[in-house]
Amino acid sequence: MQNKMKESDPILEVENLSASTDNLPILKGVSLTVYPGEIHAIMGRNGCGKSTLSKIIAGHPSYNITNGDIKFLGASINSLEPEERAQSGIFLGFQYPIEIPGVSNLEFLRVSTNARRKFLNKEELDTFDFEELVKEKLELVKMDHAFLSRSVNQGFSGGEKKRNEILQMALLEPKIAILDETDSGLDIDALRIVASGIKKISNTQTGIILITHYQRLLDEIEPNYVHVMSDGQIIKTGESNLALELEKKGYEWTDNFIKNTK
Amino acid sequence: MVNENLVKDVVKEPYKYGFVTDIETEKISKGLNEDIVRLISQKKEEPKYLLDFRLKAFKKWQKMKEPDWAGLGYKKIDYQDIIYYSAPKQKEKISSLDEVDPKLLETFDKLGIPLTEQKKLTNVAVDAVFDSVSIATTFREELAEHGVIFCSISEAVKNHSDLIEKYLGTVVPASDNYFAALNSAVFSDGSFVFIPKGVTCPMDLSSYFRINSGDSGQFERTLIIAEESSSVSYLEGCTAPMFDTNTLHAAVVELIALDDASIKYSTVQNWYAGDEEGIGGIFNFVTKRGKCLGKRSKISWSQVETGSAITWKYPSCLLLGEESVGEFYSVALTNNLQQADTGTKMIHIGPKTKSTIVSKGISAGNSINSYRGLVKMGTKATGARNYSQCDSMLIGDQASANTFPYIKSQQPNSEIEHEASTCRISEDQLFYLQSRGIEFEEAVSMMVSGFCRDVFNQLPMEFAAEADKLLALKLEGSVG
Repeated sequence: MQNKMKESDPILEVENLSASTDNLPILKGVSLTVYPGEIHAIMGRNGCGKSTLSKIIAGHPSYNITNGDIKFLGASINSLEPEERAQSGIFLGFQYPIEIPGVSNLEFLRVSTNARRKFLNKEELDTFDFEELVKEKLELVKMDHAFLSRSVNQGFSGGEKKRNEILQMALLEPKIAILDETDSGLDIDALRIVASGIKKISNTQTGIILITHYQRLLDEIEPNYVHVMSDGQIIKTGESNLALELEKKGYEWTDNFIKNTK
Repeated sequence: MVNENLVKDVVKEPYKYGFVTDIETEKISKGLNEDIVRLISQKKEEPKYLLDFRLKAFKKWQKMKEPDWAGLGYKKIDYQDIIYYSAPKQKEKISSLDEVDPKLLETFDKLGIPLTEQKKLTNVAVDAVFDSVSIATTFREELAEHGVIFCSISEAVKNHSDLIEKYLGTVVPASDNYFAALNSAVFSDGSFVFIPKGVTCPMDLSSYFRINSGDSGQFERTLIIAEESSSVSYLEGCTAPMFDTNTLHAAVVELIALDDASIKYSTVQNWYAGDEEGIGGIFNFVTKRGKCLGKRSKISWSQVETGSAITWKYPSCLLLGEESVGEFYSVALTNNLQQADTGTKMIHIGPKTKSTIVSKGISAGNSINSYRGLVKMGTKATGARNYSQCDSMLIGDQASANTFPYIKSQQPNSEIEHEASTCRISEDQLFYLQSRGIEFEEAVSMMVSGFCRDVFNQLPMEFAAEADKLLALKLEGSVG
């Protein structure tokens, strides 16, 4: 199965990536390759660099790449603006989705979807056609139509914000989705809804990176690979059972692992 | 941590109305004295009561002091260095548009205000004012059929002298303030609107003010009267060429609403704001006031202020009639070294009067943007209510926003509510929108128009679209 996947070209290649913010090194040589159809999980303590990695891939302006490269579909994206990355099919699901007062969710989703469609040389959608499309996608995350007329994420509960993220993913149909702690702050029902949404959107052509602390999301979506990060590096990579082991033994176990390798 | 340069680039937008029309003008000599006031009145062939009005105002103005309480910083205005009357030369009496200098028509064409019969806007009647005079007013006959009078104030003085004599200066007395007194002494032209009893004006009325001369001030005067149970929606637009000197604009607008009448007055102000170093630009000192004289009358101001080097403007409502309603919806955008001090006064005099204030200030660059407002409940204003909301948005870290709400209540049985907030476009918000494929510029303008939505919703349809576009333009720049 795995070999068959690798016959195609990788979607994302992170090569020996080092990055810093305010001259403080955060990533210290991360390498990661995602092929179509693969699901990767990245686990690790708070502050280990998981979220930073996701933001750098999406193009957050606060970080400087000091070494290494990020390739998307074979080409380096280091010089691309965040919106160019998004248009070409990189999606970041935010750990804390941002509130944008006054901007209607519907308009935001439509402008965003059309930016992606334009890149794909698809026809841009007017309000009516977009309503049709969004109705169908709302179903995936069991969201009420009323969410569309509210301001982006404003006054949304934690779970609603996360579902709104998955709704955006469904509309944008990315090549790769990096979901940063999409499971945090969700009750068990919301977790199932979000997980089933992710599964329905992903396919053999897409790659997914799940950043999480907990096994419970991985119970719903089984990853092909699990990476453990610590102090800006991936210190261990394994298959899905690695996550279970980690859950049992805790991160202290990985601390020992670092000591041993050093 | 917002990338300051990027934001600076985005809010930089060349002013596209900055051209000058090369036309022969008739100007009187610089300076202001009693003879100049007499000369203006004489040029306009005014009746004696109006000359007296001007002279009285001039005498008062001489004794007054330029106000400095707004704390605006600008070079002292030399009132003797201004030309008080400037008019494009044309034939003495113009009977139709065909006789208007094509250069003038072309100018308004370029500004998006076509005046000729073939091209004129179909749903709006326009009075076009160029420097000191009104050039043309469209749809006059159609409006006349409904008894609506829409003409320049100079014409009104000639043809509807009784109305002018009855109402002029009754809302903004000549002695009201320094700039109102100046205007009363030297006002040149402006628009006059009269909506008779029971008539709903069949179309929006609009005045378009164009300053063309660099060294002359513009002092227009607008008077709108809505009789019992009538209603009108009036729009005002303004642009000026780019000069490296400052041009003074001191207008007076008076609105009068009788029983059950309603006046909606909307402004999109886009005077030249000066360059990035603050050189040039219009000094805009304007007195706008409406009098809700009748029971259940309503006056609603909405304004989008994007231009001028200095804005000093407080469209206000005197709520006399029982259950009368005053509204003020404002968006003020300042950039570079612009200074805006704008707000409103809601003076509740009659019982059960109601007022709403929604003000949105956006400051970018090194600009200063202040809301200054007064809500006053008089002794007879039982059951009166006010709601105010003042929000400020900062773009970058060099701009400043202030809110000065003044509240005076002499009536315990009245309610005043005030809410205020300040926000900043954060890097996180921009990144969030960008990470969804939305371009940086569009992201900024989406957030700005989201911030202004409560006000834009109050503007007439075409105007709302124009305002949205104008803000986007002002915020658009050379990114990417």
